[in-house]
Amino acid sequence: MAFRAAVITFPGSNCDRDLAVALETVSGTPALRVWHGDTALPDRLDLIGLPGGFSYGDYLRSGAMAAHSPVMRAVKAAAEAGVPVLGVCNGFQVLTEAGLLPGALMRNAGQTFICRTVPLRVESTRSLFTAGYAPGQVIRIPVAHHDGNYFADADTLDRLEGEGRIAFRYLDACNGSQRDIAGVLDASGRVLGMMPHPERAMEDEQGGRDGRALFEAAVRGLVSA
Amino acid sequence: MKVRVHVSLKPGVLDPQGRAVHHALEGLGFAGVRDVRVGRLIELDVADDTPDEALEAMCRDLLANMVIEDYRIETPARAAAATSGEPG
Repeated sequence: MAFRAAVITFPGSNCDRDLAVALETVSGTPALRVWHGDTALPDRLDLIGLPGGFSYGDYLRSGAMAAHSPVMRAVKAAAEAGVPVLGVCNGFQVLTEAGLLPGALMRNAGQTFICRTVPLRVESTRSLFTAGYAPGQVIRIPVAHHDGNYFADADTLDRLEGEGRIAFRYLDACNGSQRDIAGVLDASGRVLGMMPHPERAMEDEQGGRDGRALFEAAVRGLVSA
Repeated sequence: MKVRVHVSLKPGVLDPQGRAVHHALEGLGFAGVRDVRVGRLIELDVADDTPDEALEAMCRDLLANMVIEDYRIETPARAAAATSGEPG
C-alpha cells in the first residue's frame, strides 16, 4: 500500500516543502499537504511531519502559537492513536509546546543564530526513525536555529536517558542544550523531535546524505508494519 | 479591567539574554549590578468579571511555558490590596 505522509504548514513554516520532498524521495509517494487551520487530518496516515521555520513569527515563544492552532488538536489525537510524528526544528519546538514531548527549547546559550552542519551521535536506535543507524554512529546534519537550547529538569533528563529516549546528541556543545540533547523521543518511541534538519541532508549536492537513513527507516518500518 | 501578567524564567534556569544584558550594562560603566534576568510583561484588557481561575488558566495554557517560566498576575484588586498593606 502506498505510504501516506502529511506535512503540516503553519504561517511562517519554511521547510515544509523540503520535508515533503524528503518523504517523497524515499517513499515514492507525494506527501499530503495540510494547512494549520484545518481541523481534520487526511485519514489512514502513516506519518505526520511538522516542518522547520518560524511559525507565527516566533511570537510569544517559538512554537507556542502553532501548538494551539486548530490542526494540532488533530495531530495530538493522531499521535495518541499511534501515528508517528516527526518534528524538525520549529516542529520540535511545536511538539514541546503542545506537550507531546517533554522539555522546552530556549534561546541558544551564545545568543546567536547557528547555521552550520554539525556532528551528532545517534543515541537510540530502537525507534522507528533511528532504526537505520548504528548505535553510537556519528552523522552530520545541518542545524539552523536561534532557539535550540534544550531544557528539562534533572529528573526529566534522567528519565529520558533511563528510558533510551534521547535520539541524538551534539558532539560539540553548539547551543547550550542540557546534556547536549539534539533530539528526543516520546514514551512510545513514535514521536521524534529534533533541532537538526535531516531533510537537508538527503543528497550529495546538499553536502551530505546522512539524513536519508532516518526517512528510509521510517518508511520501511511503516510499510512493512 | 486591565491585567498585567509578568512572565519570568524560573530560578535556576540559565538566562543567556539576561547575562548578555548584564555584560552590556557593565560595558556601559554601571557598577554593582549583581544579576540581570529578562522577562516579559503582557498587558490584558479583560471583562471585569473575569474569574481569577480563568486568568490562571490563560497563563498556564499559553502565556507562560511552565517548564521554564513562572508567572505573576497583577489585577487592580490585587494591586490595591498590595498598596493598602493587606494580604493580596
